[in-house]
Amino acid sequence: MRSSFNKFEEAVFRFLMIVSTLVVLGCLFLIIGTVLFKGIGSMDLDMITRTPQGGYYLGKEGGVLNAIVGSIVLTSSATAIAFLASLPVVLYINIYAGKNSRFAELIRLSLDFLWGIPSIVYGAFGFIIMVYFGISASLLGGIITVALFILPIMARAMDEVISLVPVELVEASFSLGSTRIETASRVVLRQTLPGIISAILLAFGRGIGDAASVLFTSGFSDRIPLSLTQPAATLPLAIFFQLGTPFPEVQERAYASAFILTIIILIVSISARLLAARFRRHTIQ
Amino acid sequence: MQTNPHVRVHDLSVSYGSTPALNRISVDIPEKQITAVIGPSGCGKSTLLRAMNRLLENSDGVSLSGSILIDNENIYDPGRDVTEIRKKMGLLSQKPYPLPMSIFENVAYGPRIHGMKKKNEMAETVRHYLTISGLWEEVKDRLHEPASRLSIGQQQRLCLARGLAVEPEIILADEPTSALDPKSSQKIEAEFKHLKNRYTIIIVTHILRQARRLADYVLFMYLGELVEHGPAAQIFENPQHEMTKEYIRGIIS
Repeated sequence: MRSSFNKFEEAVFRFLMIVSTLVVLGCLFLIIGTVLFKGIGSMDLDMITRTPQGGYYLGKEGGVLNAIVGSIVLTSSATAIAFLASLPVVLYINIYAGKNSRFAELIRLSLDFLWGIPSIVYGAFGFIIMVYFGISASLLGGIITVALFILPIMARAMDEVISLVPVELVEASFSLGSTRIETASRVVLRQTLPGIISAILLAFGRGIGDAASVLFTSGFSDRIPLSLTQPAATLPLAIFFQLGTPFPEVQERAYASAFILTIIILIVSISARLLAARFRRHTIQ
Repeated sequence: MQTNPHVRVHDLSVSYGSTPALNRISVDIPEKQITAVIGPSGCGKSTLLRAMNRLLENSDGVSLSGSILIDNENIYDPGRDVTEIRKKMGLLSQKPYPLPMSIFENVAYGPRIHGMKKKNEMAETVRHYLTISGLWEEVKDRLHEPASRLSIGQQQRLCLARGLAVEPEIILADEPTSALDPKSSQKIEAEFKHLKNRYTIIIVTHILRQARRLADYVLFMYLGELVEHGPAAQIFENPQHEMTKEYIRGIIS
């Protein structure tokens, strides 16, 4: 009796798990499909090779090269800054302060809290800072704000992998007479490189797709920014502005822009995965 | 076969938070012999070993008093460079943990951080220590493969080679064969017998037969106390303490 019930139970849960998996996969394909379907009509070479020409937002010619370049430059710089700022924090709490120390827990709590703050709040905060220093909406303002916004995401993701490094591995390095910094840079980073690459990717993905943090801080321009002090267009805002027009052909271009953004994220994900796999062969289980 | 003491533990007490782990241990460990630390689990064997290369202080809430003299210098003197102390001792843990790099780089790691730069000197060093640990023939054609691809027995011998490459005086081994198959264990034991002419070896083990096979000198510990210590023959054939007798006969384990 009991075994037949167990079998039934097993079947029900299996069914539910399969359904959930399909729902998740379905959503993914629906999103990509919709964007592709609605944007494909406007997807041409002009979209990715030209900046908006006069009357672009009324349906005249041009493309979103300004936003593509703006997004890539802005997010790459912000990711680099966030990485340089978060790596020392993560190494410090895990190798110097002790990964279970109170200080480490306090830092984790702070990072989790920062992670939870909506990006629009970062945008507003960045805006106030910029006003204080007399900086107008520019590439620089956007970079700083996005760096702040993705820092906790990157730091926590790196912390997750670094705190999983077996204590015996760290001790093995110590017992050979290496210092903490040698252990951190030659052993711990080697061991966690695949995870660190994923963390960087995760943060990059969040940064490049976010509209609210750059809304007040980076401004928007039809031209490609040539210096840090010039305003810079970004893809999320380009999508926002194009969708906001009453013209169907411009709205269609918004979907084409969304498709470009998705493709950029896809390319970054895949190359990061390939890179991570290359480094994983040395990882000690 | 009386030799000089190499490691002198004096009045060493350790506690984790409020839990005592070692209680006033004093013992001299002879040079260039194999000393086995035996006793039931949780008796403080590993704690004693980890106190010797100062890995203990990385754990949270550890307090320690007393002294450990190596070559007549107290390793707990303030101002002693901890990396220098650790360099004097190679450590083998229960489960081998190769570093996340190639076989070659694992052995080269120690010499490299201690300043060896020349390429051919490094290659020679790596070959030398892999030969000593009995691994050279098995890995000479795949030195640049990840160390994680070796079998666990090979990994333990790699860890031995890695430890020897920093030219220590002492080998600390914490149940070094407990994760290995019998054949690999045998190889490690054979290595130890071979190495004891040049190194002072301290091995923690809960395998009584292993201690009998290897040890020249034996420490028997129970619940953080050093109950009895002496030459292997004396401890195994004619133990003085009641507790040691029971442990040797297998009544307590």
